[in-house]
Amino acid sequence: MKTASGSIQIHTGNRRRHFAASVRKHKLHLLMLVPVMAQFLLFKYGPLYGVTLAFKEFQILKGITGSPWVGMANFQRLFTSYDFKNVFTNTVTIAFFKFVFGFPAPIILALFLNELRFPRFKRITQSISYLPHFISWVILTGIFMELLSPSRGPVNALIRLLGGEPIFFLGSPRYFRSTLVVTGIWQGVGWGSIIYLAALGGVNEELYDAARVDGCGRWRRIWHVTLPGILPTVTIMLILAVGSLVDDNFDQIFNMLNPAVYSVGDVLGTYIYRQGVINMDYSYSTAAELFRNLISLVLVVSANFVSKRVNEYGLW
Amino acid sequence: MKERNSAPKPRNRIYESRGEPFFQAILVVIFALLSITFLYPYWHVAVTSFTSPDYASASGFKLWPRAWSWDAYKHMFSAHFLWSGYLNTIKVVLLGWSCSLTGVVLGAYPLSKRDLPLRSLFTTIILVTMFISGGMIPTYLLVNNTLHMRNSYFAIILPHCISVTHVIIARNYFMTLPEGLEEAAIIDGANSLQVLMRVVLPLSTPILATISLWVIVSNWNAYFNCLLYITDSSKYVLQVVLRRIILTDSKEMTAASEAVANSTDTDIVTLRAASIMLATVPIICVYPFLQKYFVKGMLIGSLKG
Repeated sequence: MKTASGSIQIHTGNRRRHFAASVRKHKLHLLMLVPVMAQFLLFKYGPLYGVTLAFKEFQILKGITGSPWVGMANFQRLFTSYDFKNVFTNTVTIAFFKFVFGFPAPIILALFLNELRFPRFKRITQSISYLPHFISWVILTGIFMELLSPSRGPVNALIRLLGGEPIFFLGSPRYFRSTLVVTGIWQGVGWGSIIYLAALGGVNEELYDAARVDGCGRWRRIWHVTLPGILPTVTIMLILAVGSLVDDNFDQIFNMLNPAVYSVGDVLGTYIYRQGVINMDYSYSTAAELFRNLISLVLVVSANFVSKRVNEYGLW
Repeated sequence: MKERNSAPKPRNRIYESRGEPFFQAILVVIFALLSITFLYPYWHVAVTSFTSPDYASASGFKLWPRAWSWDAYKHMFSAHFLWSGYLNTIKVVLLGWSCSLTGVVLGAYPLSKRDLPLRSLFTTIILVTMFISGGMIPTYLLVNNTLHMRNSYFAIILPHCISVTHVIIARNYFMTLPEGLEEAAIIDGANSLQVLMRVVLPLSTPILATISLWVIVSNWNAYFNCLLYITDSSKYVLQVVLRRIILTDSKEMTAASEAVANSTDTDIVTLRAASIMLATVPIICVYPFLQKYFVKGMLIGSLKG
């Protein structure tokens, strides 16, 4: 990307003429870019103007431009609202548990798959584990409602068999978050492992042999050869995971959430949707969303910074 | 890429520890159990959908229908909203696919030209949107209030039709094509558009196929934009129809859909299961054949641009 301007530097004196000639040469190419740039400017940059709503009081008849400025009033309302405190706590808690259990899960799966010797069996297992990735959370929620149902579900049948009380996984505030974490892992672990398996395939085979000659057992080999070998991939995935801590999982939570578990399951995304789209409180929800987007930007930038300091590689 | 996908080479036997066969046996058991955990949920729903409603609410694992019944499917097949959902989804998938593919090619091809004027500016404009976005509500207001696209499928498709990752992947692919071919075509008098259509695209079928698969699956599964912008229930896509069947409780459902008008609670269990099956079966049928392309695409996509 950075070498693109290289050809211009040769004729610094004739820069403008050179540029004009280059435009003529690439006339059709530039023309092709027009619809693409239009799409990005309209649908990606256009909404950025709407972010000003966070500092305005939206009035339908006046539109975004005509609505009066109100300074930080929306944010004041946001930070003093009880709902928001609850929603923010839920977001952080759920994101934390999803991260702690969900991030290592595909790495562990990949490590074990990598030790497995039977290629055919391995391939079939992998394919099966990817499948949930291709099915929408609308359908997955329907499937889990059956599976986890307190009256019909096999999971609760098993619990009863073991002498426990049936648990309403999707409807009890006590279990809802754990249900989110476990079903989230079930859905994403297979697909997530692909990238680590590819990284594992790239680890130098000779290092394993050297480790074996040095008398390393399986676990020490994994610790001293395999893990350092996939560390760059893990770091990149970690940055991406940290960056999406506050805005990920929307599809899952949006579909699984029900009024019985609002107290523990309502997160920023679902709250913004309800306040904005359902209650049409546009300014307030834009403020909430701006707050969330700023956090996620700060998270990804700092994760990248830390990773560059520690490992010397980052996203940019 | 091929090297990475293949299984690790069998390691030298001399180094193999004595515990190895035992360890492999444990791994096989673990992975067999894991596969069952991944597959059983679909099986459970499939069995439920074929079970007679009288038995459907029985508790526990379902390995085979206790009493066969096609009732749920008969209900669903006669349900008008399901078919309109299917039809609408197909419309959205086709429209979305053509918009996305056109957009990605038109964006990626010029950016693959190293001496394109202002190339880095255009690239930056596209890349920045990966990190900074207006968000759900401002986009909703733009599409709904400013552009008045409510109840149009373009509202579902246009805001997200060009994915930054797809553009970068396609651009990187185009950059690997030998320049000589394009130059030869230009000497023969072809203009850039003809070069793109007759030389570049025919050589790029693998990457175009991969991107197509992604776009088709994501449009097939998409529901959120339809929920936001489509209020006319005859225009609902399949996922939204399903969402109403699956997530609304029985009372609301009775009002929402004609097929369940005279049904009891037990019927609803089988109806839900049948509707889940009807939406999932197309994916499960093509999945085994296309799975490896997705994996390949995922790996191409994860290499840095």
